[in-house]
Amino acid sequence: MPRVRVEVDGATYEDDVEPRLLLVHYLRDRLGKVGTPIGCDTTNCGACTVLMDGLSVKSCSVLAVQADGREITTVEGLGIDGVLHPLQRAFHEEHALQCGFCTPGMIMAALDLLRENADPSDEEIREGLEGNLCRCTGYQNIVRAVRRAAGEMRTPARDREVTP
Amino acid sequence: MIPATFDYARPGTVEEACAALAEAGEDAKVLAGGQSLMPLLRLRLAYPDALIDLDRVAALREIRDEDGALFIGAMATHHQVMRDPLVRAHAPLIAKATATVADPAVRHRGTFGGALAHADPAGDLPAVALALDATFLAVSAERGEREIAAADFFVDWMTSALEPDEILVGVRVPKLGAGWGVHYEKFHRTAQAWAIVGVACAVRRERGAVEAARVALTNMGPTPVRAAEVEDFIAGRTVSESSFREAGERAAAGTSPPGDLHGSSEYRAHLARVLTARALTAAASA
Ligand SMILES: Cc1cc2nc3c(=O)[nH]c(=O)nc-3n(C[C@H](O)[C@H](O)[C@H](O)COP(=O)(O)OP(=O)(O)OC[C@H]3O[C@@H](n4cnc5c(N)ncnc54)[C@H](O)[C@@H]3O)c2cc1C
Ligand code: FES
Ligand code: FES
Repeated sequence: MPRVRVEVDGATYEDDVEPRLLLVHYLRDRLGKVGTPIGCDTTNCGACTVLMDGLSVKSCSVLAVQADGREITTVEGLGIDGVLHPLQRAFHEEHALQCGFCTPGMIMAALDLLRENADPSDEEIREGLEGNLCRCTGYQNIVRAVRRAAGEMRTPARDREVTP
Repeated sequence: MIPATFDYARPGTVEEACAALAEAGEDAKVLAGGQSLMPLLRLRLAYPDALIDLDRVAALREIRDEDGALFIGAMATHHQVMRDPLVRAHAPLIAKATATVADPAVRHRGTFGGALAHADPAGDLPAVALALDATFLAVSAERGEREIAAADFFVDWMTSALEPDEILVGVRVPKLGAGWGVHYEKFHRTAQAWAIVGVACAVRRERGAVEAARVALTNMGPTPVRAAEVEDFIAGRTVSESSFREAGERAAAGTSPPGDLHGSSEYRAHLARVLTARALTAAASA
């Protein structure tokens, strides 16, 4: 069995994995990172989206062996010491989820989008999230949440307090 | 579902990859971005004995200038291709069509070569490669390199001219000179969807007339097809709405579009006519 060394949410793991093991199964079943759900068999839904070396990927379409030597960020790696990431907070405050199944993938895809485009229009947000399906919300509030988080991420909290 | 078991090799060079593929035999498969292959494995629609993973063959990701042509390495990702300055300058049709493929996460992994080797008639890039008269470079351990013209590369539904022991190294795309306008017109019902029909189009204008046009169709048969009757008709005509519409009327000639839950074959023929007129119009004003 191939041996892999992967950094996930800041911690390094070394494991023997079967070649056919999907990255998403490695994260969930081996590392207990169940924050990343699986929604389909076809790489369509985006629920399993994580960042690999900073770029969004659908972790159901990547083998665990392919993550060898790479850095993975899941939704569990976003909040620091119990403080929510601006995207997590915005999803909560803008009611951008109902059942929440799509939310981890949505947030990771949104993070990828904001890395490339710090101030996206609604249209650009919709395009950036086109690989992520939500069966509950109708997307309106998701778009609003991403726009709000983008604003906060452009202006760090400290500055916002002094300029209302 | 979980894929069936397979052996796995991760070569670092093209030579190693060819050797591994030859050694693994007929039931081995090349793994590129995995954006088509992984779902097939998960659905157990494919169960190769071995996967030869090209992910770490860095040489295959290169995009380079070869005087009159661009060489796009097979493992250049969609994400890379649509942003590449050389592609945008000399093969903007590829950049435009690639931007319509799937979604950002799929484009981070999926590759130019994988999308061509997969030979899916609903894929956007095969018609583009055909319209641009691209040349495919393949290599095997036993027979070395060979070149395959785009017109010969797409053999049948999901079938390319690649032999089981061959790796697609990359694609040579002649640069379009000054005077060419390009457009990819894709029709799909929802976001992140495959083309019901697509039209790849390049038009060269000279003094208010169309000097030459190249038109190829996505999903109008088991392989991408060149709309030769459209090209012949429009050459030499003045740039006008009516000439583009008349040219579009010829788009479905000689095609055998599939009928499925997205549309009947008659509907696809209708789409090909309308979308071709639109694509010509857009390319001529690009
Ligand atoms: C949700 C979703 C939506 C999509 N939407 C679109 C779309 O709108 N338009 C579109 O065009 N595509 C779409 N795709 C497919 C996408 O473009 C894939 O990237 C592409 O089809 C396959 O490229 P890949 O690199 O992932 O190849 P893989 O999946 O790794 O391989 C595909 C096939 O090609 C063979 N192969 C790959 N590379 C080589 C090589 N160098 N030499 C020899 N054989 C090789 C493999 O053995 C395999 O049989 C979509 C995919 C998904 C998951
Ligand atoms: S579970 Fe990965 S895309 Fe649906
Ligand atoms: S909140 Fe239920 S799928 Fe998006």
